[in-house]
Amino acid sequence: MSQPKERLVVIGNGMAGCRAIEEVLKRDPTRYDITVFGAEPRVNYNRIMLSPVLAGEKTFDEIVINDVAWYADNGITLHSGRKVIAIDPAAKLVEAEGGLSVAYDRLILACGSDPVRLPLPGADLEGVVTFRDLDDVEAMVAAAERGGRAIVIGGGLLGLEAAYGLVRRGMAATVIHLMDVLMERQLDESAGFLLREALAERGVETVLGAHSEAILGENGRVAGLKLKDGTVIPGDILVMAVGIRPATGLANAAGIVCGRGVVVDDQMRTSDPAIFAIGECAEHRGVAYGLVAPIWDMCRTLGEVLTGADAAYEGSLLQTRLKVSGVDVFSAGKFGGGEGCEDVVFRDAGRGVYKRVVIEDGKVAGAVLFGDAADGGWYFDLMRTGADVAELRDTLIFGQAITEALRGVDPRSAVAAMPDSQEVCGCNGVCKGAITGAITELNLTTLDGVRAHTKASASCGSCTPLVEQLLQLTLGDGFEVQTGPKPVCACTQHGHDEVRKRILAESLKSLPAVMQALEWHSPDGCSSCRPALNYYLLCAWPGDYRDDKQSRFINERVHANIQKDGTYSVVPRMWGGVTTPNELRAIADVADKFQIPTVKVTGGQRIDLLGVKKDDLPAVWADLNAAGMVSGHAYAKGLRTVKTCVGSDWCRFGTQDSTGLGIRLEKFMWGSWTPAKVKLGVSGCPRNCAEATCKDIGVICVDSGYEIHIGGAAGLHIRGTEILTRVATEEEAVWTICAVTQLYRERGWYLERIYKWMDRVGLASIQAEIEDPENRRALHDRFAYSQRFSRIDPWAERVAGRHAEEFNPLSRRLEFAPA
Amino acid sequence: MNALVKDPMTWTDVGAVTDIPLRGARRVPSAQGDIAIFRTGDGKVFALMDKCPHKGGPLSQGIVHGHAVACPLHNWSIELATGEPLGADRGKGCAPVVPLEVRDGRLLLGRT
Ligand code: SRM
Ligand SMILES: Cc1cc2nc3c(=O)[nH]c(=O)nc-3n(C[C@H](O)[C@H](O)[C@H](O)COP(=O)(O)OP(=O)(O)OC[C@H]3O[C@@H](n4cnc5c(N)ncnc54)[C@H](O)[C@@H]3O)c2cc1C
Ligand code: SF4
Ligand code: FES
Repeated sequence: MSQPKERLVVIGNGMAGCRAIEEVLKRDPTRYDITVFGAEPRVNYNRIMLSPVLAGEKTFDEIVINDVAWYADNGITLHSGRKVIAIDPAAKLVEAEGGLSVAYDRLILACGSDPVRLPLPGADLEGVVTFRDLDDVEAMVAAAERGGRAIVIGGGLLGLEAAYGLVRRGMAATVIHLMDVLMERQLDESAGFLLREALAERGVETVLGAHSEAILGENGRVAGLKLKDGTVIPGDILVMAVGIRPATGLANAAGIVCGRGVVVDDQMRTSDPAIFAIGECAEHRGVAYGLVAPIWDMCRTLGEVLTGADAAYEGSLLQTRLKVSGVDVFSAGKFGGGEGCEDVVFRDAGRGVYKRVVIEDGKVAGAVLFGDAADGGWYFDLMRTGADVAELRDTLIFGQAITEALRGVDPRSAVAAMPDSQEVCGCNGVCKGAITGAITELNLTTLDGVRAHTKASASCGSCTPLVEQLLQLTLGDGFEVQTGPKPVCACTQHGHDEVRKRILAESLKSLPAVMQALEWHSPDGCSSCRPALNYYLLCAWPGDYRDDKQSRFINERVHANIQKDGTYSVVPRMWGGVTTPNELRAIADVADKFQIPTVKVTGGQRIDLLGVKKDDLPAVWADLNAAGMVSGHAYAKGLRTVKTCVGSDWCRFGTQDSTGLGIRLEKFMWGSWTPAKVKLGVSGCPRNCAEATCKDIGVICVDSGYEIHIGGAAGLHIRGTEILTRVATEEEAVWTICAVTQLYRERGWYLERIYKWMDRVGLASIQAEIEDPENRRALHDRFAYSQRFSRIDPWAERVAGRHAEEFNPLSRRLEFAPA
Repeated sequence: MNALVKDPMTWTDVGAVTDIPLRGARRVPSAQGDIAIFRTGDGKVFALMDKCPHKGGPLSQGIVHGHAVACPLHNWSIELATGEPLGADRGKGCAPVVPLEVRDGRLLLGRT
């Protein structure tokens, strides 16, 4: 015999280990004497297909990659079910369970990774499983036979596939996810929202933003999960799918350099030149991967290196697809966009499709697709090859077929050349012929006309340029450029009224729901539309909608007004401008205790404490609360102050109890959110000492009753009010004011103050609504209902700990200067 | 870059990524003044000195949109990756960037 062969030992009989062997054999089938150790007692199988096995869609036999014959045919010694327990790099030996030692010339570490187990109380109960290998799948299948509910901690790819599989096996499933978005490392909020709905349809319930506290047990078995907020979810099996940790134990013990994974260079070599690492246990250029695509790239490089060729692995781009039947999800690259990136978004509310392609420097930088992921591969290719897509920009989002059909042609002639049967509007399924036909037959000259008669471009609007070109082409110069209702912002073509109408008509109850249904052009809105939508939802669904605090300007988020030096001002309510010695004492004490630099009487008849440090806010509020004071909402698009004069109680001219009415109004209306700020004034007689005729809503008391005024302002614009109506009793005054406030809440556009709203819709139209007694009652009742959820002091809630993170620094003070 | 060379930076753990709300920010006080750590809608994190290049507004209190923050005082838009103002205010100074790394879901601030 000639020279003895070099000995190649592989630790790990998984995806990476066996692929590496294949790559070596492909290049040089005779060079090595190969030995593989696998801790699992079975041959090499396709781990990613464990999900379909769990779901009962595949059997284990169908997912085997290399069977026993393969090892035999290639002269590979397989030690399956035998774990390697130590490496001796000096002696070039590996030591396995059962006292077996094997010598190597080259060693490959392909140990994969270990599922993370959260150290929760109860984590060692029977029925707590992870999702990594066939044993785990078998344990889950066995548990599923008993029925009941599965709790899955972790809303990433693995957790969702586990939950779906268990539902297919007849269990109910609840996924507990720490983040607010499912699969947040692959999906943006919009896609995450759609995924959540699709899973719900398939029986997988999801709880977001949930912190697990303890696993509850009964007789040593899982019985449920307790969350930090006290909720208890009953369950019969608990799957932890909270992430993986590269298996570095062996390497570490052998003195090989490890970071998060076993650190390798571009040749997959570790700090020991005879030892290589690949797959999930490896860390290359600071990245430890958790998907198979990089493994194939790594193994190709290693195959070259181990057979004496030059090769370098330079990292991999990743794409993800979720393996849940009927749910098409794709994500790759910078799917979240960012500064310097441009988003092209397509939504089809009817088909439940959301697509977002991110372009940076004229190239595709990432994509996320939901509901129709057929073009995922194409976008990924464009991304990987760094193709210049500037020319394809307009049609890119419609996918490969349409883009290639129009490629390299002048868009005008391309449009002209399009066959009549070609679909133009994907949302409503309208083809070119239907549009040009309608234009000529019905003498349409505007985009709106085409929208009204064909529905083309009436949904997401992304085909608008195409429809406009068709108009131009068909009409020549007869085409008029469109002017429609002003859109809320650049994220949509819908106006405020349309948005509000559809929120109600379609029962849209969250920001992502609105953005999907109204086919927003941006992935998650902007700083203009988010606060507006947040308000519209709050107004439409009192008591139901959960306020989105990140969609609020700082003042409304922290319930105080930010000042030029970053400190805050605090204005407690002083009902109708009336105070007591006790309140004043409490204010004085707070000012002393927290060394508040300025105490000022405001123009709104109350007291402002200026220069409060953010961290002190909850403590300041606690003291004010203790003296019976609540937030004055001096920062809110909501009810601010109600100014009053002394009225009939004291004043020699007073005709009615203006102070009492002001207090009554403020006590009923405080806490309400409105499109823009609302200030009230109540004067006891036409001398008008409370300046009621320059307030949003003013009352002038007269001998015969009350004049109700609206539409005043004395800020940027000085505007006297107009009389809305006259009423005889205080009761009617309160009713009327609540009714007109509600009308404004329901019809006003965000940031539009009452006077601007009145200018837009006309005083007469407001009067007509208020004078109709039934309508007035209904408006009043809706206001009163909404107030049941609004008269809650935001300060007291925060004193009690709500959003505590907002007021505390993230960590203790660092005693060094950052780099 | 050679992955085997030891990192010259010292890293300090200041908390978990999830301690920062999506589209939000938290402050870390330091000897040099507050540091703002932001988390964007797509889950990325950035650290800047908490001082707007305009008039020193606390950027940590602004609305985070895309990969930028709107300063709460006068609404300049500051790019999180560079600390530079965007749009019309480009070139007018910048908020210093603080080295930040994420490891195992923890936030690490760097110093040399
Ligand atoms: C504190 C106070 C000044 C004072 O020391 O008296 C004040 C302070 C501010 N006013 Fe005012 N306004 C104050 C009474 C007024 C009044 C007088 C009144 O309410 O009778 C007016 C004119 C009446 C009106 O609203 O039309 C007034 C018209 C404005 C305007 C112009 C509004 C407009 O639509 O034209 C603004 C700008 C805005 O809201 O966009 C404004 C904005 C502000 C802001 C919020 C500016 C800002 O964004 O930081 C100031 C907050 C300072 C703070 O931190 O507290 N403030 N402001 C008054 C607080 C009243 C209260 O107790 O709640
Ligand atoms: C349920 C599931 C679904 C997935 N779906 C996808 C998907 O859709 N797309 C995708 O790209 N990726 C998916 N993945 C991830 C993918 O399976 C992994 O990235 C891939 O399997 C990693 O390959 P590996 O060889 O590094 O590790 P593994 O395949 O885990 O192989 C490592 C092997 O080494 C063995 N081992 C460890 N230590 C020792 C030791 N000391 N001695 C002997 N043997 C040892 C282990 O038992 C294991 O068999 C999924 C994973 C799971 C669990
Ligand atoms: S008048 Fe101007 S400076 Fe004075 S409080 Fe109002 S907004 Fe500030
Ligand atoms: S201080 Fe930031 S914009 Fe003025």
